[in-house]
Amino acid sequence: MTETPTPRHIPNRLDSPLRSALFSWEALLILVAIAIFIVNSFASPYFLNAWSLSDLTFNFTEKALIALAMALLIIAGEIDLSVAAIIALASTMMGLALQVGVDTPGLVAIGIATGLVCGAFNGFLVTGLKLPSIVVTIGTMSLFRGLSFIILGDQAFKGYPESFAFFGQGYVWWVVSFELVLFLVCALLYYFLLHRTNFGRRVFAIGNNPVASRFSGVRVDRIRFTLFCLTGLMSGIASVLLTSRLGSTRPSIAQGWELEVITMVVLGGVNILGGSGSILGVVIAAFIMGLVTFGLGLLNVPGIVMSIFIGALLILVIALPIVYGMLKRSRA
Amino acid sequence: MKTLLRYREIWLSIAIIVLVAGVALRRPTYASPANLLDVFNNTSLLLILAMGQMAVILTRSIDLSMAANLALTGMIVAMINAAFPTFPVPLLLVLAALIGLGLGAFNGVLVWKLNIPAIVVTLGTLTIYRGTTFLVSGGKWVNADQMSADFIGLTRWAFLGLPLLSWFAIAILIAFIVLMTRTNIGRALYAIGINPTAAVYAGIDVGRTKFIAFCLSGAIAGLCGYLWVSRYVIASVEIANGYELNIIAACVIGGVSIAGGIGTAFGAALGALFLGVINSALPVINISPFWQMAISGTAIILAVIFNARSERKHGRIILKSVEGTNG
Repeated sequence: MTETPTPRHIPNRLDSPLRSALFSWEALLILVAIAIFIVNSFASPYFLNAWSLSDLTFNFTEKALIALAMALLIIAGEIDLSVAAIIALASTMMGLALQVGVDTPGLVAIGIATGLVCGAFNGFLVTGLKLPSIVVTIGTMSLFRGLSFIILGDQAFKGYPESFAFFGQGYVWWVVSFELVLFLVCALLYYFLLHRTNFGRRVFAIGNNPVASRFSGVRVDRIRFTLFCLTGLMSGIASVLLTSRLGSTRPSIAQGWELEVITMVVLGGVNILGGSGSILGVVIAAFIMGLVTFGLGLLNVPGIVMSIFIGALLILVIALPIVYGMLKRSRA
Repeated sequence: MKTLLRYREIWLSIAIIVLVAGVALRRPTYASPANLLDVFNNTSLLLILAMGQMAVILTRSIDLSMAANLALTGMIVAMINAAFPTFPVPLLLVLAALIGLGLGAFNGVLVWKLNIPAIVVTLGTLTIYRGTTFLVSGGKWVNADQMSADFIGLTRWAFLGLPLLSWFAIAILIAFIVLMTRTNIGRALYAIGINPTAAVYAGIDVGRTKFIAFCLSGAIAGLCGYLWVSRYVIASVEIANGYELNIIAACVIGGVSIAGGIGTAFGAALGALFLGVINSALPVINISPFWQMAISGTAIILAVIFNARSERKHGRIILKSVEGTNG
C-alpha cells in the first residue's frame, strides 16, 4: 500500500503497549463484542432469542466470507476494491444462465467460476503487469459492474428455482443457517491456511518485505496471484448466497460492500499496510459488525446512521491503543 | 528536454481531441463551442474535486471521504438556505468551504497526530459523514422549491458566456497550478511523496504537510458541496454516492501516481475532462449510458498500465526535470 515513510514505526499494533501488556487485539475485540451484546439485550426485548440471533448472522456472513480472503490479501500488502462488483457480475452471469434454463448446480458453478475468473483477471493485472492493486481494482470495479449494467440495463432477473433458495435462506439445523455454517467452515480453513501452513507464513513474509521474500525464494507473484483468485472465489460464493437470499439479480446488487469488507478486515486487526493480522480477529470483527447493525436495527435506527457507529468503531478501536501508547510514553 | 510530464499531458490532450473529433463525425453539433462549453461545465465539479484529491495522493495518502464530505456540507448549506432564504449566498459559499475544511482537518489530525493510515481514517469518516448527513437532514431531501433563487442561480450566473461554475473550475485549476509549482507547500507535497525520509532531513514536517493536504481536499470538497447542490438543485443523503472513486479515477487517468510524488494539477484536470467527454459522448453516439461504467473502468486500467510503463522507464518526475535543466 502507499502509505507513510517508515512503515515499521507507524501503526504497528503488534508493538503497541496495550497488546504486550494484558490484552491482545482479539481480546479487545471480544470485550467490545460482549459489551455490544449486553447493550443490545438490554436495549431491546426482542434481541435475546434464537431466531433473532440467527437472523443476525445474515447481516454479515456474505461480507465476512469475502473478508476472510481479503484479510490474506491485505496482509500480503495488496487490496481488492472490486469484490462487490464481482458479486454483481457473478450474479448477472447466474441470471443469464437462468434465462437459458440452467438448474441449481449449474447456477452455483457459474457464480463461483465467474468470481474466480474475475479474481484471476485482477491477479494478472497486478502481478503480470506489475501495477498497484488499489488503482487496478478501482478500474476493474467499474469494469465488472459496468459489464453487469451493459448486460442487464435497468431490468432484473427473477425466478430462481426453489432449490436455489437454500443457499441464502436455508437452515442446516433448526435455527442454524447454511450461510453461517459455511462461514464457520471457511473461517477454519482460512485459519489453517494463514496460521498453520507455509503458504500462510509466506503471505506474512511478503507483506513485511516483498523484496526480501523474493530473494529468499518465495514466489511472490504466484502467491499474490493466488490470493487475488481467492478473493474472487469468495466473492463468487458470496454472490451465490446473496443472489439466493434476495431471489433476484440486479446490477446494483451489493453496492458499497467493498468498503464494508475492508472495514471488517481492518477492525479485525489486520494492518492495512500489510504484514500482520489474524483470522480470529476478522471473525470477531465480523460478529461485532453484525451485532452493531442488528442491535441498532431492533432500535429502528436507519441503516445509514448505523454506519456512523461502524465508522466511529473503526477509528476508535484503532486509535485507542495508539493514544494509550502515547500517554504511556509521555508519562515515562 | 522532452520531459515525461509534457509527454503525458500532450498524450491526454490528443486523446481528448480525438474523442471529440470522433464523436463530431457522427454528430457535428457535438463539437460546437456551445456544446463543448456545456461539457466543460458538466465536468467542472469532477475537475475541482480532482485537485483536492491530487494534493492528498501526492503525499502517498488517499481521501475516500471527499464525496461524503461534499454530501454533508451540501446538505447543511441547503438546509440553512431553506430555513433562512435571506442568508447571503456568497457567505454560504464561504461557510461551505469552512465546514469542509473542518471535516478535512479532522481526517488530517488523525493521520498526523495518531499516524493512522489515511485509507483507514477516511474509510471511517466516509461512513461517519454520510451517516451524519442523514442525522442532520432526518433523511429528508431539500428540493428545488425550498431553495432561494440566488442559491440556485449563483452557479448558473453567466459571465463572458460561461457559467460561474466553469469559472470556479478554471480559477481553482489556476490556483492549484500556482500552489503546486510556485509555493513551498506544493514542493513539500511532492517531496514527501517522492521520499518521505529525505523530506524529513530537508526540514519538512511530513505529518503537518499531510494535514495541510487533507485540509485542502476537505475545503475543496466542502466548496463542491454547495456547488453540487446548486448545480443539481437537490440535496439528499445519496448525492455523490460512490463518487470518491470517480475522483481518484480522474487523478489516475491524469497521471497522478497512487504511490505518491508524481502528477500535476493540469494533468489531473485533463483526466477529469477525459472522463467528462466520455460521459457526454455516449448518448450522442447512441451508445446506451449503461456502457459508461465499463468504458471508464477500461480507461482507468489502460491509464494505470500507461502510468506504470512511463514511471519505470523515466524515473521520478522531479529528478527528470532537474536533469533536463542541467543538460
